[in-house]
Amino acid sequence: MKPILIPIVLLFAPAMALAATAEERGLDIAKEIEVRDSGFHDFKATMSMLLRNKHGEESLRDMRNQTLEVDNDGDKTLVVFDEPRDVKGTALLSFSHKMGDDDQWLYLPALKRVKRIASRNKSGPFMGSEFAYEDISSQEVEKYTYKFIDEGEHEGIPSFILERYPVDPNSGYTRQQVWVDKERYIALKIDYYDRKNSPLKTLVFRDYRQYLDQYWRADEMYMENHQTGKSTLLTWKQYEFRSGLDDGDFNKNSLKRAR
Amino acid sequence: MSEAFFQFVLKHRLLVIFLAVTLSLLMGSGVKQLQFSNDYRMFFSEENPQLKAFEQLQNTYTKNDNVLFVIEPRNGKVFSRETLTAVAALTKQAWQIPYSLRVDSITNFQHTYAEGDDLVVEDLVLDPQLLTEEQLADKQQIATSDPLLVNRLISPNAHTTGVNVTVQLPGKKLTEVPEVASMAREMVRNLEADYPHIKVHLTGMVMMNNAFPSASMDDMKSLYPVMFGAVILVLVVMLRSIPGTLSTLIIIILMIIATMGLTGWLGIKMSPPTTTVPIVIMTLAIADCVHILVNFLHNMRDGESKYQAMMESLRINLQPIFLTTLTTAIGFLSLNFSEAPPFRDLGNMSAMGVVLAFLLSITFLPALMMLLPVKALSGDTLGSVAMIRFSEFVVRNKKGLLWGMGIVILLLISQIPNNRLDDQFVKYFDETITFRQATDFTTENLTGIYLVEYSLESGETGGISDPNFLQKVEEFAQWYRQQPYVLHVNSITDIMKRLNRNMHEDDDDWYQLPDQRDLSAQYLLLYEFSLPFGLDLNNQINVKKSATRFTVTMESISTQQLLKIEESAQAWLTEHAPGMRIDGASPTIMFAHIGSRNIIAMLKGTTLALIMISIILIFALKSLRIGGLSLIPNLVPMGMAFGLWGMFVGEVGLALSVVTGMTLGIVVDDTVHFLSKYLRARREKKMDQEDAVRYAFSTVGTALWVTTLVLMVGFGILAFSHFQLNAGMGMLTAITLGFALIADFLFLPPLLIYFGGKKS
Repeated sequence: MKPILIPIVLLFAPAMALAATAEERGLDIAKEIEVRDSGFHDFKATMSMLLRNKHGEESLRDMRNQTLEVDNDGDKTLVVFDEPRDVKGTALLSFSHKMGDDDQWLYLPALKRVKRIASRNKSGPFMGSEFAYEDISSQEVEKYTYKFIDEGEHEGIPSFILERYPVDPNSGYTRQQVWVDKERYIALKIDYYDRKNSPLKTLVFRDYRQYLDQYWRADEMYMENHQTGKSTLLTWKQYEFRSGLDDGDFNKNSLKRAR
Repeated sequence: MSEAFFQFVLKHRLLVIFLAVTLSLLMGSGVKQLQFSNDYRMFFSEENPQLKAFEQLQNTYTKNDNVLFVIEPRNGKVFSRETLTAVAALTKQAWQIPYSLRVDSITNFQHTYAEGDDLVVEDLVLDPQLLTEEQLADKQQIATSDPLLVNRLISPNAHTTGVNVTVQLPGKKLTEVPEVASMAREMVRNLEADYPHIKVHLTGMVMMNNAFPSASMDDMKSLYPVMFGAVILVLVVMLRSIPGTLSTLIIIILMIIATMGLTGWLGIKMSPPTTTVPIVIMTLAIADCVHILVNFLHNMRDGESKYQAMMESLRINLQPIFLTTLTTAIGFLSLNFSEAPPFRDLGNMSAMGVVLAFLLSITFLPALMMLLPVKALSGDTLGSVAMIRFSEFVVRNKKGLLWGMGIVILLLISQIPNNRLDDQFVKYFDETITFRQATDFTTENLTGIYLVEYSLESGETGGISDPNFLQKVEEFAQWYRQQPYVLHVNSITDIMKRLNRNMHEDDDDWYQLPDQRDLSAQYLLLYEFSLPFGLDLNNQINVKKSATRFTVTMESISTQQLLKIEESAQAWLTEHAPGMRIDGASPTIMFAHIGSRNIIAMLKGTTLALIMISIILIFALKSLRIGGLSLIPNLVPMGMAFGLWGMFVGEVGLALSVVTGMTLGIVVDDTVHFLSKYLRARREKKMDQEDAVRYAFSTVGTALWVTTLVLMVGFGILAFSHFQLNAGMGMLTAITLGFALIADFLFLPPLLIYFGGKKS
């Protein structure tokens, strides 16, 4: 869908809702989210992750993120570590795909080598945090099937509540319940259910800010694991959209330069 | 005053019966609140230093309990398509176990290898059906040579494999453990039905926790009826009185209901040791009733009216029964010194039961006997003729007995040091328990269940990447691997070495620790990145990356041997890496210390009880000399019993270390009865020592050996418990009580004759 079609979709949305099945309605919402967030081309930002265990012990990780939007496929992302010191310059390049396994390369500065990592693992923890790799990589519509559940609200904001079911058999989840802001079409909260369908984690998005008058980004993403009592606070800063990145910034060589 | 009280009881018998039954049932209504503890941690108090150390370790790293499925293919080959298919199926299903965090098996093991500049991370076995013979052999080679797997999830010759499920119980409901266990059992049943060529054994901490209540229930179902049967038999033979037997039985039932009810009201959780309480208090209640009934029936035979006979029996029995109740309760209460809370509960519950039994036997018993038709018995109810003959023998051979018994006692006591402490918690269950069988199979065929864990500190944030630190950890691992009985050592250095090799095209020359700090840190990041769902670095490394968890798996060895190895590990650390030194922590270590800690604690408790009891006896008997003399027959039986145990068994543990406190109070009873009769003869009847001994034998001799018999039967029945804890405790207690009777009959009389005061 091109952005020009958005008003038309919105116009018919209530009517569609009446006619459509819960599955169709869920899919429509997911598509709308994607449509509204497409066209940003690229952005840069810094990320800091505060890892905390049940007993309050903490550790902090700082990194930089560069993301390039790819037409008809998942985004390309480059993450470079700044803190802790001994991993400074370690960089991860990933090409996420709508279907199949993502491509990942890791550069270890102490080894001065780029290694491609072939792994089906998406459900493992991202850099030791409570975010799984699959939670943090780009959320393509095709990665899930959907079902509209109800309307409700999250912290006073009127929301659609929908469920999505991972298509990838290697996912760590049976389902996710997502609260989507009715007006802005952005995720406010996600409940994750593990393979035995027990509540596993909750992700809350806080302090959304709008960039380029269109793209909403949360300053904070707080993930809490209900089974282990651990949590991760992911803070995004210094967003810079359309910063002039291109394909050349996302290859094996750029990994080494990324420090 | 007591006379007025008994008159009231005998007159208002219906009211007394009504009140006794109502109050007992009221207390008994707490039975609904009784709950079984199903956590091995119940054996440790909150202040226990080993528990604290272990909890700290669990707080630092991932806290976890586990269920371990052990798969035994009948053809002895794990690496066959059929078996691997079963393992893969179980691996997938096991994620459904409630509260599971992670499932680990040889099929989903994250095998990493280099392919040119690629690092491949994949399940070791993806689709078992597609594997060729060659690939199967190859996978077996990989699994049996990976230090993370061999002796842990695969046996070295690949004939047994394990699927380990890590669970994190919220610890909010008592239903959590049985929930996990029943799901696991159902999976085993289905798997064995689908794959008839394999057998699955279930073990792990959760299964052990689950075995505590289930084995307790089995125990109750099998032991309680036997106990009741034995009690009825003894009572019928002894009292030869149906009403007497009946009322004693009713008292026992009321007392058990009331005691268990109070336990429920007090919120005490049932545990294997406390399941013995009904049996213990039953035997003690019988003693009270028997003393009163025997005298009552005896008096009736002598032609007294029913009322008179009962009044007289109550008059002469009140003081000794009160005294024995007091001393027995003190003995049981001394268990509050125990290090293990279940034994404190055992002591408190038994003390409650003993007091209730006393109250019922001086109210309900006489009231009910007044109601029931009682025939005067003919014949020698006291067995006094036989007893007089026996007393003649004792008096005649006083010198020989004094010396002979003295020598036997010293001989037995000299054998006490043969006892060795051992608390292998798996052996708390006997071989009939499925958990024990499965665990024995596991330790023989796959891996150990006894672990020692260390949290090795580098001293700075991120310090685990320091090459010097890693080098020390590696040396410690190598040292441990050379120790006897060590099955497996889990150390972060194995992962570091593997990654270093992976990153150098799988060149074996690079199977060594990285030499720069940055590189190690980056490997860890890489490793973290490759971890599958449910695993994170926190399993092995603390949040600040300043310390790493180091786990040693041992064979089934005695806790003494284990502590010895741990001690030399401490010495190694002190010498080679003083900064890293820390005590090992684990349930195994906790149990290894509990026996000796409990003995020290119980020594204090028993000593205090002994002092209190001796003071009571001195006042009650109004004689410093006799009270002091009573110490000998009170203490000697324990020494003799532990000596005999040392000669024939030689292993003592947690349960046996409470026997002293428990038996002290009961042993004293016999002495009290004997001495009070002896003194009565001396004071009221002005007899000399020898005649007083004869008198004591003729009046309480029979009651003593009969009650001792009942007690020995009661505690002896405990020897059939499926809990070695209860079985050993019952056995040793029975032996102690037997020796107590021997001491009272053969050693105390000569002592009294020679040292029991001047001739009058």
